[in-house]
Amino acid sequence: MYGQAKEHDHDHDHPDFLGHHWESPTQQFEAGKFGMWLFLTTEVLLFGGLFCAYTVWRSNHPELFRYGSQFLDTFWGATNTAVLLISSMTMAMAVTYAARGKTKAVIICLLLTLMGAAGFMAIKYVEYNHKFHEGFYPGLAFYEEPNASHLWQPLDETAVAHLAHDKTMDMDESNLLHAEALVRAELPEAPAEAVTWNKAVAGPGPGGLTTSHEQEQLAEFTAFLPEAFLGDNEDIAGELEFADGHAPGEAPHMAHPLQDPVRPVNAQKFFTIYFMMTGLHGIHVVLGGFMIIWLLYRTIRGEFSREYYTPIDLGGLYWHVVDLIWIFLFPLFYLI
Amino acid sequence: MADNHEHGAVGHIVPIKMLVGICAVLLFLTALTVWVSKLNFDTVNIGEANILIAMGVATVKATLVCLIFMHLKWDRPFISFFFLASVLFVLLFVSFALMDTHANAPAIIPGNSTVIQQKLDALDASAQAAHASGEVSDGQAAHGDHAEDAPAHDAAAH
Amino acid sequence: MSTTDTPNMTGPAPVPDNYLTYSRGIWSWLFTLDHKRIGLMYLMSVLGSFFIGGIMALLVRTQLLVPEGLIMDQDQYNQVFTLHGAIMVFLVIIPSVPAALGNFVLPIMLGAKDVAFPRLNLFSYWLWMTGALMFVLALFTGGLDTGWTFYTPYSIDTGSAMGGVIPALTGAFVLGFSSIFTGMNFIVTIHRLRPPGMTWFRMPLFLWAIYGTAIIQVLATPVLGITLALLVVERAFGIGIFNPALGGDPVLYQHFFWFYSHPAVYIMILPGMGIISDLIAVHSHRHIFGYSFIAWSSISIAIFSFLVWGHHMFTSGQSELVSVVFSLITFSVAIPSAVKVFNWLATMYKGTISWNTPMLYGMGFIFIFTIGGLTGLHLGTLGTDIHLHDTYFVVAHFHYVMMGSALIAFIGGIHHWWPKMTGRMYNENWGRIAFSLVFIGFNLTFFSQFMLGSQGMPRRYGTYPADAGFQFYHVLSTAGSYILAIGFFITAGYLIQSLLGGRRAPSNPWGGRSLEWQCTSPPPHDNFSEAPAVGDCYDFSVLRWDENEQGYVWRDDVAHPGSEDVS
Repeated sequence: MYGQAKEHDHDHDHPDFLGHHWESPTQQFEAGKFGMWLFLTTEVLLFGGLFCAYTVWRSNHPELFRYGSQFLDTFWGATNTAVLLISSMTMAMAVTYAARGKTKAVIICLLLTLMGAAGFMAIKYVEYNHKFHEGFYPGLAFYEEPNASHLWQPLDETAVAHLAHDKTMDMDESNLLHAEALVRAELPEAPAEAVTWNKAVAGPGPGGLTTSHEQEQLAEFTAFLPEAFLGDNEDIAGELEFADGHAPGEAPHMAHPLQDPVRPVNAQKFFTIYFMMTGLHGIHVVLGGFMIIWLLYRTIRGEFSREYYTPIDLGGLYWHVVDLIWIFLFPLFYLI
Repeated sequence: MADNHEHGAVGHIVPIKMLVGICAVLLFLTALTVWVSKLNFDTVNIGEANILIAMGVATVKATLVCLIFMHLKWDRPFISFFFLASVLFVLLFVSFALMDTHANAPAIIPGNSTVIQQKLDALDASAQAAHASGEVSDGQAAHGDHAEDAPAHDAAAH
Repeated sequence: MSTTDTPNMTGPAPVPDNYLTYSRGIWSWLFTLDHKRIGLMYLMSVLGSFFIGGIMALLVRTQLLVPEGLIMDQDQYNQVFTLHGAIMVFLVIIPSVPAALGNFVLPIMLGAKDVAFPRLNLFSYWLWMTGALMFVLALFTGGLDTGWTFYTPYSIDTGSAMGGVIPALTGAFVLGFSSIFTGMNFIVTIHRLRPPGMTWFRMPLFLWAIYGTAIIQVLATPVLGITLALLVVERAFGIGIFNPALGGDPVLYQHFFWFYSHPAVYIMILPGMGIISDLIAVHSHRHIFGYSFIAWSSISIAIFSFLVWGHHMFTSGQSELVSVVFSLITFSVAIPSAVKVFNWLATMYKGTISWNTPMLYGMGFIFIFTIGGLTGLHLGTLGTDIHLHDTYFVVAHFHYVMMGSALIAFIGGIHHWWPKMTGRMYNENWGRIAFSLVFIGFNLTFFSQFMLGSQGMPRRYGTYPADAGFQFYHVLSTAGSYILAIGFFITAGYLIQSLLGGRRAPSNPWGGRSLEWQCTSPPPHDNFSEAPAVGDCYDFSVLRWDENEQGYVWRDDVAHPGSEDVS
């Protein structure tokens, strides 16, 4: 720019990519890496605050997190992890090929990384979409009736249609109308009393069931739930081995939290911290995607060589940190 | 490996084989933690061990990514030191916050938070009102066939 | 270079080719990559913000002249002190020394041609401008009345706090990134751009201080970033992170906020201390006493600053164990600061003190910082803090250290490097007069506030009881603030006058040994026309006063810089 245009030091060989204040390309490269690592430490501190919030809340309400993580699909989470790990590998490969001057290979690897980023966001979209259908929003919005939940009893028309559609996808039934009829046949009877939101709060910890009167009311309430959804009734109010009370060897039962007798108090907090952390991470993935596109553009224009591929290296470092954060987010929300 | 110390024009180059190998290890470790967690939720209750295994393996994976993918193994130690220091500061922050919150934890007021509770009460009230006035929710309209069976079913259940 | 070329004139020769004349036009400034120009733009922006923040301060003081409040109601008062605090903290003091003076001086003092990442440097400045604009926007979108600390749950309650909160939070977020990028730039510059011969322990102490500051900037500011981002999301979407009514934790907010904001106050003071080290040594013409102690104290202050944030939360319901731990560490963080004060005093002992304006500011700093630092110990003691928290004692303490120390050091630094930056000398007599007014005004304003606080006057109150005996001190304090303001206006006056027609400055008006005094005033575009020679930057014995030059030059019987390899 203004300063640099006039600054070609004629005393020694000063390539175009070398800033006027650097002595050698290696010095510029090393300094660039150091600067990028400093930026990455700021990213660690940025997410560190959220990890602190997670830790504080989890240590105060462990049952909340054990309960909440069952609503996250481990399959999609693991797939996302694999996608990011592979894209991290392709990014590192891009750096290696760039250092060897193999431009075509660099372009291919950057494209693969970009596909990984896109794939991650696509899976994220699927996951978030599902969550919003189930009504899992952060904060107060959690306590609204969901619009298309698979777990909600009684189900509304949209959900019936969804479940029927799933049935046809499973090839259990090719006729959509017949599938809907099957879904309705499996539905429980409508309760005589209105669904009481407040009563569906139980389980260990503050606000849990303490009196036999409340246990009685719980028994009334759960009476209309299908048999398969209930475990051993006696265990529900007691110390639970598993968040939802299923015995070892049994499939976990999942009722929608708003109707679940063993929903912990303030259940929305799990989704608050989930959306905050994965959302911020998702923003970083998107920004990383833009960065990869910019690197692709510069590579195609031929701006890089064996002597100068610093932006690719620095971009790679950023991408690896995005991967690093997900490596920790995945077990924190999906596995434990 | 012969390529381990390959030097480019400005720095060390990581061999492709090493990158692929490390990625394979990372994918395997991921699968391992998923298997252990499924074990915990479905079959065996290993409780706290699941957390330790999951976070321990995550730390191992992170270390591999830092050392190999991010090149720290061949960089100046000062960068690793600085990065580790930042992680240490996060741990410091977390530990003090935990110490503070644990001292106050027994005093946590039980029950839902106030606004949440208000919302639940309001929803209860409207649900009761809707039910009492004979309107049924959209979903229940679908159970038109079963409506007359409902009271009998309830009577049988009690 | 300029001494003997003009035998018939006293005073240094003009320097027609310098960084100011290198290129012309506003775009050459707004898009410059020259760290000196960026530093100058920061300086003008910071001083402009200081003027606005200062007006807010005068409004606050005027309001408190009478018990029932003189000029505004409590809602307006909330806005005024919030803006005063937010502007001064985020727009003035945090960027002041690092961005305005550091940007200009650091590469030259180091012996480099520029900072490590010049484009990032320019981007930092643009971010500062963006953040400042967002603060202005906050004024027009409903105002800001939460206090600069944005405590929850008030700040997230859209029904109570005013509407300008989100723009202000966003502005502070952007300013945080400006600070981070500056810190990153400085760390890499000091690590990688030192010329041969400039080892770590040959660096002037100002650079050690900037280095410590940069570490804090990089490690602490991101936590502020996430805190402000969470506040914005909470306020906009009600997600329930800090709001107890939605399941959140307001004390967690305080942990988050102070984890940054305590190290932030060390971002404010540490570079100022670095300036004082150089001011005292140069203007006493005496080698700094205890160089390595001062250098290490800068680093230890930087690290210790992260361990004490809980002392802002003693009355928040924080656990007793944690409060005790924080109190203990707070006491120990005073030690490195005290080490510096003792070393500065020892430097002055048996020195030949030039009573220049920079030296006056330096000595004023030592006096004021001692009081500020010691009163910090009152606040760090659990038992007394219970009574003093949220009173005027706290206000007085932090004004003593932030304004009386950091800002005084900044102004001293401006005077010290003014000849270098502008090529002009200011009027020394007016400088001394202005300093006296500033010093007297400052102490009058804020010492009376210690009295107020210990007698129970709460902070952030726009009115007070008529029978509590507070009014006397409030009147003293307000009178002091007016004197202070006059002092600053006079300062602005003679500095501007020097730009218009001040005496031309020599390369080395004060007799400094660090590298910035080896280039012309103002410096050339590339900082050094020939490679500078690195020696002991506090050994002033090699310099002598030259009448022609009206500045200091190398003694004839000592090897000139560049003529031999100084190792």
